[in-house]
Amino acid sequence: MSKYTEDDLKKELETKEYEYGFYTDIESDKFPIGLNEEVVRAISKKKNEPEWMTEWRLESFRIWQSMTEPDWANVTYQKPDFQNISYYAAPKKKPELESLDQVDPELLKTFDKLGISIDEQKRLSGVAVDIVMDSVSVATTFKKTLEEKGIIFCPISEAIQKHPELVKKYIGSVVPQTDNFYAALNSAVFSDGSFCYIPKGVKCPMELSTYFRINEGGTGQFERTLVIADKGSYVSYLEGCTAPQRDENQLHAAVVELIALDDAEIKYSTVQNWFPGDKNGKGGVFNFVTKRGLCETNAKISWTQVETGSAITWKYPSCVLKGDNSIGEFFSVAVTNNHQQADTGTKMVHLGKNTKSTIISKGISAGKSQNSYRGLVQIHARADNARNFSQCDSLLMGNDCGAHTFPYIEAKNKTAKIEHEATTSKIGEDQLFYCNQRGIDMDKAIALIVNGFSKEVLNKLPMEFAVEAQKLLEISLEGSVG
Amino acid sequence: MLKIKNLHANINDKEILKGIDLDIKAGEVHAIMGPNGSGKSTLASVIAGKEEYEVTKGNVILNGEDLDDMAPDERAHKGIFLSFQYPVEIPGVSVTNFIKTAINETRKANKQEEISAKDLLKKIREKAELLEIDRKFLSRSLNEGFSGGEKKRNEIFQMAMLEPKLAILDETDSGLDIDALKIVANGVNKLKNKDNAIIVITHYQRLLDYIIPDYVHVLHQGKIVKSGGKELALELEEKGYDWLK
Repeated sequence: MSKYTEDDLKKELETKEYEYGFYTDIESDKFPIGLNEEVVRAISKKKNEPEWMTEWRLESFRIWQSMTEPDWANVTYQKPDFQNISYYAAPKKKPELESLDQVDPELLKTFDKLGISIDEQKRLSGVAVDIVMDSVSVATTFKKTLEEKGIIFCPISEAIQKHPELVKKYIGSVVPQTDNFYAALNSAVFSDGSFCYIPKGVKCPMELSTYFRINEGGTGQFERTLVIADKGSYVSYLEGCTAPQRDENQLHAAVVELIALDDAEIKYSTVQNWFPGDKNGKGGVFNFVTKRGLCETNAKISWTQVETGSAITWKYPSCVLKGDNSIGEFFSVAVTNNHQQADTGTKMVHLGKNTKSTIISKGISAGKSQNSYRGLVQIHARADNARNFSQCDSLLMGNDCGAHTFPYIEAKNKTAKIEHEATTSKIGEDQLFYCNQRGIDMDKAIALIVNGFSKEVLNKLPMEFAVEAQKLLEISLEGSVG
Repeated sequence: MLKIKNLHANINDKEILKGIDLDIKAGEVHAIMGPNGSGKSTLASVIAGKEEYEVTKGNVILNGEDLDDMAPDERAHKGIFLSFQYPVEIPGVSVTNFIKTAINETRKANKQEEISAKDLLKKIREKAELLEIDRKFLSRSLNEGFSGGEKKRNEIFQMAMLEPKLAILDETDSGLDIDALKIVANGVNKLKNKDNAIIVITHYQRLLDYIIPDYVHVLHQGKIVKSGGKELALELEEKGYDWLK
């Protein structure tokens, strides 16, 4: 009789290799390694930035120098040598393009491999794509449709030139330069990223989407995203990324700031698939991200994330519920396999009255990975009738992985209502046998169980993204070749 | 259809089945009875191919094909269905989604196209009616929060949807009240035809009032100690198992 024990299952999971491992050979304009004030100035100069921006970067750099890298997260890794990284790389053939014909064919090939050909994107789903390839945006689509509504969606470098008053007002307003080590670093050296402004009362007619990609060996990527939803507006923003396979660790320290003014709503969805390292834990992206949103009165921000990649993930998309009646949501699926380590969760800071927050976190651990949820629910003194509901579920596969939950609750107002639920379960041989007996093979059975487990979160993703996310979950865990 | 020859099987090096012989033809219903621990459920699991059991001797042959090297899902593709004594829960996966996946995986393995949404819907409607299943039930997570009776009814519903060649009902009657028992038995009887076969595993004669077996076998300490017609079940009901030991 053929056997399929839990050991076999584990072995199969371990054999999963990164699917999107490839380089693109595009000539690149790259700084020598190292970081000092001169480098910061040079980055700013390269981008023709106004003086206030250069000064802001320098200030950030000085702050960063006075800080030390945090080590409270439940992850262990060799700390990056920040002087051994190149802080700027831009594709040399800097294109100002009207159509896809003018795009470097190598680049188009890369997009094809990723299954995100712009061409298709253009024709299909009405998704406008701002593609960030090695720090400089090389193609922006659907701009005109958006312009008609007064929506600004462009690389942040462009926004600094064309809309300095907006950038100046809001950059660093939610994540200050002093916030943390990585945020300070990002503020000093951020390469590019996306900027989005939705005017008063406008409902953005399409999902805005950005694909990030690390492409240049040894180049740390420091994306900066700023989304501003003016009063009564609505926007759904998608962010997804894959990275090529490589040997050395890559640092990724992004900052995302969301501002939802009165009665505005922002939905921010992420599918993250950075290279997680090989099955021995070699290589892989270090992902130290600061994501935070600010809600004014009656505003709402929802973070939805599906995290499958990165060797180390350090990420807490948070909401500051400043205005009365504002709402914050966090829906997350985090998968770790092999030697991946994830310390992820959220912060919900209740400042206003009648503020509400919901946290649904699903952690799936396989291989020798460690998966931690870390969350803070903070109710301030004047936040009368604040409410929070948190649910943290963990699913384990095999005996060598770990799931951890660190929920912090601080309530300074007696009217607060806070609920926390947590479960831990293991994919059982009985479940697998039951599926097998119905004709469903091992891979499909795992996919079915994992997707079922993650359903509440996957349901929150926009349709086309949900399909991609489901595929990603299957790829990350099945690993069964043949 | 199914031939079992001198079957011996172990779990954790302990021998549970000690030489079973069975010959089941298409169109027949066989009942397997016996006291607790006699090996009834083990036999069902071994036929379905559960990994933790090791076959040490003998064969299980389905339509001339030895099942020895086949994984459980391959056996399912060949038409073996096991109605579980304790069906497992799969949170977040609806009954409909699960059945659709099972049907399509089996069709794929047999080089058939996926079932169309229209045909699937029609079939679901038909079989749900047969087993008096409420449509709302189909959107619930598989077995999660189901009562004992609902779980068993769901097993037979899956059997109806998958149309197996050989169905093994492992203590399907346990946890059912008399009304539910009648519905389930009625469903099974309607699914029975000249091309398929059914093995009914049960402690009690009760189920056999509704699903009439052609043969009854008594299992004791891993061996079939007595076989007979349906009247054997009644005799067991009256006398218990002791006289056979």
